[in-house]
Parts: sequence; structure tokens; C-alpha cells
Amino acid sequence: MEKFDAIILGGGPAGLTAGIYLARAKQSVLIVDQGSVGGQIILTHKVANYPGVPETSGYQLAGNMKKQAKEFGCKIVSSSKVTKMDLISDQKTIEVDGEDVYTSDSVIIASGGEPRSLGLESEKRLKGKGVSYCATCDGDFFQDQDIVVVGGGNSALEEAVSLTAYARSVTIVHEFDHFQAYASAVKEASEHPKINFILESNVVDFKGKESLESVIVKNLKDGSEQELAVTGAFIFIGYVPRSEAFKGILDINDRGEIIVDRDMKTGVKGVFAAGDVISKRYRQITTAVSDGTIAALSVLEYKNKK
Amino acid sequence: MLQTNLNHIESASQLNQIISENENVMVCCGRMGPMCLPVYDVMENLEDKYENVKFFDMAFDSPEAGVIRNLPECSTFAGLPFTVYYKNGKVVKATSSIQTKDEVKTILNEKFGN
Repeated sequence: MEKFDAIILGGGPAGLTAGIYLARAKQSVLIVDQGSVGGQIILTHKVANYPGVPETSGYQLAGNMKKQAKEFGCKIVSSSKVTKMDLISDQKTIEVDGEDVYTSDSVIIASGGEPRSLGLESEKRLKGKGVSYCATCDGDFFQDQDIVVVGGGNSALEEAVSLTAYARSVTIVHEFDHFQAYASAVKEASEHPKINFILESNVVDFKGKESLESVIVKNLKDGSEQELAVTGAFIFIGYVPRSEAFKGILDINDRGEIIVDRDMKTGVKGVFAAGDVISKRYRQITTAVSDGTIAALSVLEYKNKK
Repeated sequence: MLQTNLNHIESASQLNQIISENENVMVCCGRMGPMCLPVYDVMENLEDKYENVKFFDMAFDSPEAGVIRNLPECSTFAGLPFTVYYKNGKVVKATSSIQTKDEVKTILNEKFGN
């Protein structure tokens, strides 16, 4: 069993920032991430509004944050799942991958969010065979083909426009009659000759044996269904907070977000939360960094008062 | 060449030599993109735990990567990375797009044992 001054669950901007602040304050820090360190920003092709950094990729920015955290002495364990935890006791315990056990009196939850899926069995079966969640990665497999984009936020509309560089046609399927995107993104997509819209509708099934051949689109107003012959489907329907493991332990709202106070404290002593997993209005890299900073400083204060 | 901590395969002949000399080989063929990076990371994490398996990456855009891109097992793939598992020189499993650590471990255990 290895002991740390602080354990951080999640290695996105919030978790890495907390790690940097704590390690710099001479605390021993463990950061555990179930995926790649960097969080959702590694999916961001271009970051142009992070102060002090004129323009970079999300991957590059995350890489720099990780490097900085490591240089200050954070131990980072990636692609590892928390298999057991005790957050209630004064001495918290975290078991990772059913093997390694770590303890600390302070834990910061910065587990972020994950892309929302439609939850269809056929979606899972055809992932990588027509169903995709990354236009930058997979767009070029759909040269001169007909595809759909599911969603109506900024990501959906911006990625739909970027996919027109490859696809013959892009049909946006969205559940509402309006978009949750910036007016400029809506205008650009609406005016694009290759983009069509099917509104107030949902994709309810993906068809195809070896690869995607069509999607079934259901009209949510009258219940009618139509089959669209497409070889690609890109899904951008937002993110869900990664908070499932903390249900019953921490206060979580009906959107799955952990409730914290302004110091990032949860209702459990010694447990803090930061970043996209908490209840808040704006989710940006800068706000995650801010949350991580506050959580780290609150941990230090908590330790000083003990 | 990909900027990972894995061993890299740079040519078709190198791949053929590796799979002929090693019983169990996992090759992830991708780019430095968001769907590929997590798979490289998983492989780096599992390297020490699966000593009976050799782990490699290969740059998807290299002309030499045709040796993987054109495999019949990858013919329906439309998502990066293409990950191929070889046993005794033969493809025993291939996956497309991002995979979790659990998904990779399941394949390694099923196809190669541990």
C-alpha cells in the first residue's frame, strides 16, 4: 500500500492543474486516469483561446500539462481503472486495476466527462466500421460517400462542415427543431450545399453486416421512420459526467454532476471535485484549470487545519 | 514515425520478420490522433504485464503500412487505429477504432493467454 499526500482521480486539465499546484507545494501526488492523460482536450483539433498560448492543438496542450505535472514530481498512472475505493474514512483508499492500493487523506475527483453515445447495440457493433466519434480521425475513410452526423451542438455542426471536405453529402440528424450551437456555426452549416438537415428526429438503429449500410431515422413528432443509405455516421451528442462510481457516496444532481461548494469541497471530508464532473454552467479548459487550482489550494488548507 | 514509447515498425519486411520470429504480436497502426493515442497508452501499460506478447505501432500513413491497411481482416474498417493481433505469423484478431484497456486485455487473454 503506497501513501500519498493527495490522490487525484482524472488526468485532464483540472486534475493535472491540481497536481501541478500540489506537487509544487511539496506534496506527494498520485494522478490516476482511466484513459489517456489529457482528458477531452486531446480530441480538440485547435485551441486558440487559452490565454498565453496563441494557438495549439489540444493534444499538445495536454502533453505540456502532463510534462509539467511529471516534472514537479506527480506520479501518473494512466489507462487504469479504480476498482475499489473508500472515500468516507479519514484515510481514503483507492484500489487500481484490482492490484495496487493507494491511500491518502485527500482525494480530488477530476474524472471529467465522456462522449455520450446513443446506447444502441448496433452502434457498438459497427464502431470503427462506419460509426465514428472523431471526424478528424476517420473523415478520410468516407471520400465521396453519403454520411450522417448526429447532434445539434457546436461540435456536430462544425464537424459536419469539416466532413464535407471528404463526403459527397452530409445529413445532420438532430432531435430538436433548433440547434444548441453558436449562430455562426449554424449559419455555416445551413448555407453549405453538401449539408442537409433532418430535425426533430433521432437515429434509432444502424444497419449493416460487416460495415454500416444505412441508418433508421425516427421522426419524434409523428413516429414515422425512414431508412437512409449511408456508409458513415458521426455521433456528436455531448458529454456525460463520469460520476457513476461516486453515486451513493457524494451528492450528485440529476444530470450526474457532483455538487461542490465554491472551494470545490464535496459533502465528504477530505474529498474535493473539479472540472467537467462537477455541477457548473461553463465547461472550458480555462474553467477546468481554475477548478483544479481551487481544489488544490483547498486541499492544502484542509491539511494545514488538520 | 509515431511519437510513442512503443517499438515502431517502419516497413512491411520488418513486420513480416517480427511476426515470423515471435509467437504473439500486437500491432497498432494509426496516427497521433485522439482515437489512436489511448490505444498506444493501453499497450504501453500492458507491455510489462504480457511478457509473452510483443507490442508495436506503425504509422498509418506510411506507404509501408499497406501491409496492414490491405489485410482482408481490415477490409471493412473505417476508423483509426487498425489494431492487428498475430499468432505464429497469422492474423487471429483485428479491431478498428478506439479500444479500452479491458477490451484489449480480453483479446490478449483469449488469443494469447497470459
